[in-house]
Amino acid sequence: MLQIENSAFAVDERGYYGNFGGAWIPEMLYPNVEELRQNYLDIIYTEDFQAEFNQLLTDYVGRPTPLYLANRLSEEYNTTIYLKREDLCHTGAHKVNNTIGQILLAKRLGKNKIVAETGAGQHGVATATVCALMGIECIVYMGEVDIERQAPNVARMKMLGATVVPAKSGSRTLKDATNEAMRHWINNPVDTHYIIGSVVGPHPYPDMVARFQSVISEEIRKQLFEKTGSENPDYVVACVGGGSNAAGTYFHYLDEPSVKIIAAEAAGHGVKTDKSAATTFLGKPGVLHGSKSLMMQTLDGQVVEPHSISAGLDYPGIGPLHAHLWESGRATFYGITDDEAMKAGMKLSKLEGIIPAIESSHALAALDYLKPGSDETVVISLSGRGDKDLATYMKYL
Amino acid sequence: MNRLEKLFIEKPKDILNIYFTAGFPGIEDTMPLLRAIEKAGADIAEIGIPFSDPVADGETIQKANTQALDNGMTVELLFSQLKEMRNEIKIPIILMGDVNPLIQYGLEPFCKKCQEVGVDGLILPNLPMDEYLLEFKPVFEKYGLFNIFLITPQTSEDRIRRIDENSAGFIYMVSSASTTGSTSGITDEMRDYFDRVDQMKLKNPRLIGFGIKDHSTFTEASHYANGAIIGSAFIRAIKDSEFPAEAGSEYIKSVLG
Ligand SMILES: Cc1ncc(COP(=O)(O)O)c(C=O)c1O
Repeated sequence: MLQIENSAFAVDERGYYGNFGGAWIPEMLYPNVEELRQNYLDIIYTEDFQAEFNQLLTDYVGRPTPLYLANRLSEEYNTTIYLKREDLCHTGAHKVNNTIGQILLAKRLGKNKIVAETGAGQHGVATATVCALMGIECIVYMGEVDIERQAPNVARMKMLGATVVPAKSGSRTLKDATNEAMRHWINNPVDTHYIIGSVVGPHPYPDMVARFQSVISEEIRKQLFEKTGSENPDYVVACVGGGSNAAGTYFHYLDEPSVKIIAAEAAGHGVKTDKSAATTFLGKPGVLHGSKSLMMQTLDGQVVEPHSISAGLDYPGIGPLHAHLWESGRATFYGITDDEAMKAGMKLSKLEGIIPAIESSHALAALDYLKPGSDETVVISLSGRGDKDLATYMKYL
Repeated sequence: MNRLEKLFIEKPKDILNIYFTAGFPGIEDTMPLLRAIEKAGADIAEIGIPFSDPVADGETIQKANTQALDNGMTVELLFSQLKEMRNEIKIPIILMGDVNPLIQYGLEPFCKKCQEVGVDGLILPNLPMDEYLLEFKPVFEKYGLFNIFLITPQTSEDRIRRIDENSAGFIYMVSSASTTGSTSGITDEMRDYFDRVDQMKLKNPRLIGFGIKDHSTFTEASHYANGAIIGSAFIRAIKDSEFPAEAGSEYIKSVLG
């Protein structure tokens, strides 16, 4: 894990990236969040932590994940495309990089219970997994709508010993599961650690989760150098729900201006409809779930219920780092519709024999907008595998 | 003088602060409820601005928020309902809610409106102290608004002192580590915490909230602090009534005994 204190895109003293971030939390959460803020860097950069973290990433998660030259996909787009195979991580997505880090941190903070929210269920599964590994009690909140559309992951969490609690308020998706997980933490402040699943929430969560996920770009640099003689591609591409696989994919390239940063957001039925989750297109600065960032909201400041075919991207906000990348122009955002994502997922399956998570399909669909040149190199974060999404893909076929 | 400041000078004990959600149960209930609250003998009315995602609230207040929004309640509408309020209501008025609707309305326009209609203080649970001091405090002061901070059983002594330093009006003592609407009553653990804070001899008055629900819990809370705040129990008392103002009034009388 690289120290990034000198980066133009590192979080500042107050927990901000430019105009976005902070810790906008009720006093009930202050002691927990403050405990985390005071300790997270000291703990995660101890030798002992790093050794355990790296060993688990290697032996348990299966890292490094391959950087795969997708020949037939490259041919299709007349360019060079590498896929960073986070889908091959244990549990099937990048989410586990973060949950391994946070469970080790929770143990060192003396917490013996874990609460988490989940959308697609990937973060829930990754959390339930590390809790089983460490013998720690685990409660996962999941929106009722998501419980239905991601049934395989619900079964996995239960088999792993977690309690899955349906979030029944609001849109009954990721935003509401996050509300419930935060309420649970308010009600159980002493013995419980909240493992947030993305680069969202109050400072220090966005920074902490980004650091745990930064193993992705650390590996990309090394692997790309071995394969091409250069550490730097022309583009790094990732989907953005809250933005954790994206933060991990961009991390070591943020201060490398020759590398273009591309973010794929879920446009749902389209950014001109009211069924969308494309936050940079439809959102405004505001406060949600403990940080100031871009969020989809009414003129009156009420959170708008988002829509995406992909449960993991069905969230009305993005992490503060991404709001800053958007505002500063460092990253380019594309809104990918449900249709475009499904087509891209089908295409990858047929061309490469890889069934991507629908979330990751959004990143793949960005290729149609990027139109990379024949002499350019693109690295795409294949954040997860599509097993959980088969029912949705089948309906679409 | 701010009405909150005046109140605690004139009546340092047994203060009853009643919370309700604007636009609940009916969109036009704001003024009738305010009148009932004052007439029944409560000392402060705390009007909740409904929010789509009230993270610190339990089910009762969550549902009140949702229904109020479904009824069409907005910040603008609330200010217009409160426009003539000071012609009749004399007790201090506090607005309470998530900080985001205020940010969207605009800090300065919001505070200006508060002063115009006669609001005395604000409770914004997710506005952190540091952000308050940096950006909000000068504007609040310009428009004569008190910012009311929360403390909980987990708040350290140092931090309580810092909050006391930066508070005006009163300090909101959250009785236990919980979201609103717990029905546990007052436990020994809470009594220890109430005693501990009482012995700190803070310069601001304190009101105890969360879990205060009837005459006995109100009386006991008042023994440890300057009074108490009732929210969820009041919402439960009015939620299914055909005449919410009457139901609210009867409930308050039962609390005061
Ligand atoms: C496979 C996969 N990719 C991406 C995401 C979106 O999350 P993030 O933006 O934090 O990477 C999820 C979330 O559930 C996911 O499961």
